[in-house]
Amino acid sequence: MAAANDYKWRRDKDGQGVWEHRGKVAIAGLGHSPVDRRWDGVSMDQTLGAYCILACQKAMDEAGITADQVDGIICCDSHIAGPSGGSASKWAPRPYFDSPYDSELGLTLVNAEWLIKTMGLKNVKFAPTKLPTIGEMVGMAAQAVGDGMCTNCLMIYPCGNLEGRYRRGGENADDYARGPRQWTVPWGNHGGNDFINTFPFNQYCLKYGGHHDDLAPFVINQHKNGMLTPWGFNYNHDIEPITVEDYVKSRYILNPLRIWDCDRPVQASTAYLFTTADRAKDMRQKPVYVLNHSQHNFKQPSTQADLDTIEKWTDHAAKRMYEGAGLGPKDVDLFNPYDGYSVMTQFYLEAFQWHGVKRGDALQFYAGDISVKGPHPFSSSGGNLGNGRTRSAMYTDSIEQLRGTAGARQVTVRAETALAAFTTPPSGGWLMLGKHPN
Amino acid sequence: MPKLIPVADELSKPFWDAVNAKRLVLQRCTGCSKLQYPPQKTCQVCGNAALEWKEVSGKGHIATYIVIEDGRLNRRMPDQPYNLALITLDEDPTVNFYSNLPGTPPYKVPVGAAVEVTFEDVAPGQLIHEWCVVN
Ligand SMILES: [Zn+2]
Repeated sequence: MAAANDYKWRRDKDGQGVWEHRGKVAIAGLGHSPVDRRWDGVSMDQTLGAYCILACQKAMDEAGITADQVDGIICCDSHIAGPSGGSASKWAPRPYFDSPYDSELGLTLVNAEWLIKTMGLKNVKFAPTKLPTIGEMVGMAAQAVGDGMCTNCLMIYPCGNLEGRYRRGGENADDYARGPRQWTVPWGNHGGNDFINTFPFNQYCLKYGGHHDDLAPFVINQHKNGMLTPWGFNYNHDIEPITVEDYVKSRYILNPLRIWDCDRPVQASTAYLFTTADRAKDMRQKPVYVLNHSQHNFKQPSTQADLDTIEKWTDHAAKRMYEGAGLGPKDVDLFNPYDGYSVMTQFYLEAFQWHGVKRGDALQFYAGDISVKGPHPFSSSGGNLGNGRTRSAMYTDSIEQLRGTAGARQVTVRAETALAAFTTPPSGGWLMLGKHPN
Repeated sequence: MPKLIPVADELSKPFWDAVNAKRLVLQRCTGCSKLQYPPQKTCQVCGNAALEWKEVSGKGHIATYIVIEDGRLNRRMPDQPYNLALITLDEDPTVNFYSNLPGTPPYKVPVGAAVEVTFEDVAPGQLIHEWCVVN
């Protein structure tokens, strides 16, 4: 399994042409754990480990395969709150529990090795370590199946949350600014997608016209779509969609970034079963085919990426994805970009020119009909703003829309191709899915 | 409450040494002349490893700003709300810096205004570069 770590799977270069495994890999199963706000520290059936096992079991059951048939596990260390997690990111120094919860593993961390051992998966031959986040793992799973590294591959995304305020503590409690943080934190930038995107969003409004509060219709629509998503946090906690008034009166975090522009950290896990298109045909669900995966990792030219840089990066990522999929903007029926901070989503929408939206058009587009039953069902998943920060709603909705099983969220427009991503403008990946392999 | 204190490393030591002497120096590529900040091992444009330190004028403009009302840095909590502006360098506007704009009240930031570099104590013997609106 060590060889798996040298595996070159990324499609992160230009000019690679149409993906060699286009339509030959499929997603045949998906599984979601419940989505809780936090782990309570007591319920052992609600740990992050238990939720990952549950999500895997659901994905296998949905596809109709058994644990013995799984030969690939792709699971990053969980993303509770990242390196500056602080009090909400680590169980210790509190005493651990009985096995399998006798370390951070299973509580705040989950990885392939722990899952293989705890789930008794005997036939796994591909289980790489040191993996990136879900936005890239879906690409890795697709490439690994296409390359024959494994045939039935479970990709798992653990996303945990303990008590305590988000990303307080850790290096954010430090008096010193070390490493790359010496260029940001002395002035107050704690690092993250909020800072990456709020400055260029301000520049966006200056350049094209518009105001931060013009994001309200988008954020509200995400909440509405979340209430149509039976596995999500909002649906299960009766979180009524906010109103425009709620939005414009809500408190600021990084003014003009408001609390409702930020997704809600949750405790949850999602699993997808990737397999070959041939095998998927014999499984329980209608296969959803992978038409391309692509990644990007752009270098920031100075302290802060400005609007020009962000537009250049996202244009670049769109071009790369479209090239590998052999598709263009007019071919994409569903579009589920990342929305973890609402101030970034328009950059993707305009770069991919979904439904003809060009640079500077997004706020006007949001003001139109973007509901799932309308002509422009943008972000039909409800994303992370509408479902909690599982970072998987974009993929799950795309799969369900193409299967025709999205229920109350099922769009009325054609649903044969879908683009989904968990990505930031500088780094991450995109996944193109199709109802048909061709 | 003081700001977080930068910890110089091998790459950044010449920069912080200059700041402590109240000079703003940036890396300049000896091949293509591109200025860059923060420091890197090679030129981000041409890949050249031969970089020199060049003192710059310390004049810039405010591109945009946010106001940190509920940040995550313990040490800066008492300062909230405070401005965080994005400053472009006049010599090369693709080079930018953060600034809390000392002297400018929160929310009262003149976007587009000229600024000049200043130096602020954050710990004994440690300055950081800041920017003030030019009146
Ligand atoms: Zn150069």
